[in-house]
Amino acid sequence: MAIPARPALPALDVSPAVRTLILGLGGFLGSIAALVLIGLVLTQTEEAFTWSGYWQQVVSGLAQGAIFASLALALVLIYRATDILNFAQGEMATFTTYIAWSLMNHMSYWPAFALTLVLAFIGGAAIERTIIRPVEHRPEIVVVIVTIGLLIALNGLVAWIWNPEVKAFDSPFPNRTTEIGGVVVAIQDLGVLGVTLVTVILLWAFFRFTALGLVMRAVANSQDASRLLGVRVGWMLALGWGLAAVLGAIAGMMAAPSVFLDPNMMLIILIYSFAAAVLGGIDSPVGAIVGGLVLGVLINLLGTYVDFIGGDLRLPAALVVLLIVLLIRPQGLFGHKVVRRV
Amino acid sequence: MPLLELKDVHARYGPIRALHGVSLTVDEGEVVAILGANGAGKTTTLRSISSMARTSGEIRYGGKRIARRSPEYVARQGVAHVPEGRGLFPELTVWENLRMGGVAGRGAFETEVKRVMGYFPWIERRRDQPAATLSGGEQQMLALGRALVSRPRLLMLDEPSLGLAPTIVRELFATVKRLNEEESLTVLVVEQNATIALEVASRAYVLEVGKVAVEGTSDELRRHEGVRKSYLGY
Repeated sequence: MAIPARPALPALDVSPAVRTLILGLGGFLGSIAALVLIGLVLTQTEEAFTWSGYWQQVVSGLAQGAIFASLALALVLIYRATDILNFAQGEMATFTTYIAWSLMNHMSYWPAFALTLVLAFIGGAAIERTIIRPVEHRPEIVVVIVTIGLLIALNGLVAWIWNPEVKAFDSPFPNRTTEIGGVVVAIQDLGVLGVTLVTVILLWAFFRFTALGLVMRAVANSQDASRLLGVRVGWMLALGWGLAAVLGAIAGMMAAPSVFLDPNMMLIILIYSFAAAVLGGIDSPVGAIVGGLVLGVLINLLGTYVDFIGGDLRLPAALVVLLIVLLIRPQGLFGHKVVRRV
Repeated sequence: MPLLELKDVHARYGPIRALHGVSLTVDEGEVVAILGANGAGKTTTLRSISSMARTSGEIRYGGKRIARRSPEYVARQGVAHVPEGRGLFPELTVWENLRMGGVAGRGAFETEVKRVMGYFPWIERRRDQPAATLSGGEQQMLALGRALVSRPRLLMLDEPSLGLAPTIVRELFATVKRLNEEESLTVLVVEQNATIALEVASRAYVLEVGKVAVEGTSDELRRHEGVRKSYLGY
């Protein structure tokens, strides 16, 4: 007797796109619920607590987190393609931000911004072709050490070209606040969030919908298999470095108005971005963004509401959180478990 | 003039020498098999042709020297190499994998993919799922399909039967035979399963420790006592 095939459960039989949407929406609502919960706890423990002040801190944390997210995304981009952590990512961002500063002496903000991105792309690709390529087939640790050398070289170069004194950097956004639903937020913060959002959407669309994006994803999956299909892998890696440099430049230009221009401006931000990338799962772009935002909000709330942390202990606090997450979930929030087959 | 010709090809991985002077030819429209035990140098032979291994000696394809170029160069000349382990992109969807076959292909993707779907109609239903979620047999078919999308002049298959059920292996080789008969596709296939490889191939080379030990038509090899005992098991 033939057994009739069991009809697939409609609720589980959804396309990957729909599932991503459901997961994304769930994550979003879950985060808001978590934030409300934290707020409710704070109403009990903090005497001077106000909800509007609380949400203001959340928004400014998100803006900071957006900067971590951009740089973390740059790290993930290179890590996925080549399995190396680019320690020079922060200094590359610093370098391009200085270029932007120089350009802004001659033109207005947005043209300088756009030109900087173009130069960053060319510079990133050129670094891959000239400095990384000769060591490409060496063990990963060799390449990582080369990136550390690059970090030191770029840092020195910045101080040499532009001299090490701290400079002010213009923001394209007015230095005012506005009110949204009773919460006072800085327009600067909203601007940073907006720029990051546009960047992420453009990047996603590039990888999702263009032939070049597809080829880059394939190279990240397997370089050998790509080569056998005729893909010029070397150029794709250069393209990846170029895009990573663009992301870094955006992070640098968004951070500079508040941290000021200084050869070491991205040092701490890079550490946070590493933490964000690892928190999200080092091979996951979505993880890098979520990791960045979570970290931004978290350190801002910890710094504001936990007295002994204040401003000084934010970095250690962030790393403690990172450690706890990794103890529970070693592959990070969105990362894949690495299965090595022999 | 043969489509592919190897003359005294040596290859090594670092200090380890894997090929000690392999010579072979593949004519246009032929199916040729490379047989041999593990470690005999079968995979290295294909990797040498694709410039994935360090070689010395001469490799000619379509009259051109292709030795010691790059894998991407060889691929762009119309050599499709389905490597050991299939070389799919596990995180990309079935359709995206097929599209990658057309990146440096010689035909128009839309036409080629339609032709390939004729051989593997099930692909249409699976097009949006990640390649990693396919069964082993489906993965091997997809890898073959992706290679065909590039409209190759020479198809190289590395142990397509590995890890697959006998019926799937049969289906796979039947497809290879059809491709050869209907489209006169030239195929160089590496196999441990000598029985099925000799059914489809017109000629074969038997490799032993990095050298061609026996060569001949499939009929000759089936009658060859050493080959029969060592590789066919009767």
